[in-house]
Amino acid sequence: MLIPHPLLGLRDAQEFTYLGDAALMNRPDPDAPGAEAAFCDYVFLRDNPAGVHRELWYHEQGDRSWLVVTRNTLTHEILGAELASDVKAGAAQ
Amino acid sequence: MTFSGFKVVKEALTGYRGWGPLWRNPTPKPAYDVVIVGGGGHGLATAYYLAKRYNLRNVAVLEKGWIGSGNAGRNTTIIRSNYLLPGNQPFYELSMQLWENLEQETNFNSMVSQRGIINLFHSDGQRDAYRRRGNAMMISGAGARLLGPGELREMVPFLNFDNARFPIKGGLMQERAGTARHDGVVWGYARGADKLGVDIIQNCEVTGFRIEDGKMLGVETSRGYIGAGKVGVSVAGSSGRVMAYANRRLPIESHALQAFVSEGLKPVVPGVITFGAGHFYISQSDKGGLVFGGDIDGYNSYAQRGGLPVIEDVLEGGMALMPMIGRARLLRAWGGLVDMSMDGSPIIDRTDIDGLYFNGAWNYGGFKATPAAGLTFAHLLATDTPHDTATAFRFDRFNRGYVIDEKGVGAQPNLH
Repeated sequence: MLIPHPLLGLRDAQEFTYLGDAALMNRPDPDAPGAEAAFCDYVFLRDNPAGVHRELWYHEQGDRSWLVVTRNTLTHEILGAELASDVKAGAAQ
Repeated sequence: MTFSGFKVVKEALTGYRGWGPLWRNPTPKPAYDVVIVGGGGHGLATAYYLAKRYNLRNVAVLEKGWIGSGNAGRNTTIIRSNYLLPGNQPFYELSMQLWENLEQETNFNSMVSQRGIINLFHSDGQRDAYRRRGNAMMISGAGARLLGPGELREMVPFLNFDNARFPIKGGLMQERAGTARHDGVVWGYARGADKLGVDIIQNCEVTGFRIEDGKMLGVETSRGYIGAGKVGVSVAGSSGRVMAYANRRLPIESHALQAFVSEGLKPVVPGVITFGAGHFYISQSDKGGLVFGGDIDGYNSYAQRGGLPVIEDVLEGGMALMPMIGRARLLRAWGGLVDMSMDGSPIIDRTDIDGLYFNGAWNYGGFKATPAAGLTFAHLLATDTPHDTATAFRFDRFNRGYVIDEKGVGAQPNLH
């Protein structure tokens, strides 16, 4: 599997470490009411879709950047990759 | 039809005209007391024990393909009860005891072969960990034996004992462990359940649930609507997909796990051997093929196939452990889907929807659990209370903080 790194071009997936669903970037607010239940959901529950999945890959043997890769879990086709920092900045705007 | 030596001889002498199909192919009834989703080993075992031990016979098993075509037909057929933690080990020991009596129970040759499993260790720390695990196994009645390098060299002389990086210091053996014939298990339970009146409905894919006011009414299928008093979902690998019909998220990721078999060879590997310094395990089938496997591919997948990097990794493990494997040719490699859970342990529990029950999250280890998962899931479906040995496998263990994490890696499914 080749991951289209936004800065480095196509890189072998073996250079990366897989973390999981990109929703893990949205850590709940620990001071909000119901934070305990929100953290249980955040830590343990996953959408686990059969189809398009946005997920976090860490370029451990490369530039140490976190990517949000969009991939089809039924075909392993990679539909795109962005820097997680860009995704975070985009979400904050 | 009952199988016996007499019957085999009689059929041999009369041209095999007396053998009939082992189960019916019924058309679905409008409604059942219990509908099991998934005609794998677990689903069929559940239906069998529901009918046999709990006297619930108005039961259907729905299978989207043909029975045993998912993980029941893709595993590496190992049976064992060599776990460490209290929530797990008594359950797997119950399974082991059911395996030991399976052929008498179902009157079907499941080829259960207690040829033993040896978990190798390569350092003092690992020896201590395995000694502790052996003690846990003995407490549960599973039995365990610590082997030194001398004894091991006699039993399995072909291993690379003097590997410079990972010398073999010994192994933990469970003599009652071994292998079984995966198809035989499926067919035995299917035949047994069918004889007791269970309808096994193949090529019938569940496409949705009918739920009203938090109560399960029935399932929508590719062969029409089927009403159900209770629905038991037993589809490990596809749990996420099926439970999404009920809008439920699970503490599970689906991953691809590969397995491999070599060309047929003369008997050489006496039992099951696992490498302690990498993820590699091997046994030899009765046909002679070396059956082996290793890690999952490590990223979410519903594709039932894996990639080359893991194949390379598994074969490197094999070469490190038993260099002679390099002389054998790889015949086939295949992949299956596994429910990787947040603590590496399974779930057998009711859901918050009245009448919807769940059995899944089996990680790599569903096959060995087949008889006990069937029995305990049947117990849950019939009595609405968890079976004594499966009380730890609840959904709420995660938010209550009672995870059963054998490997101690936390909520990271691809590391279990």
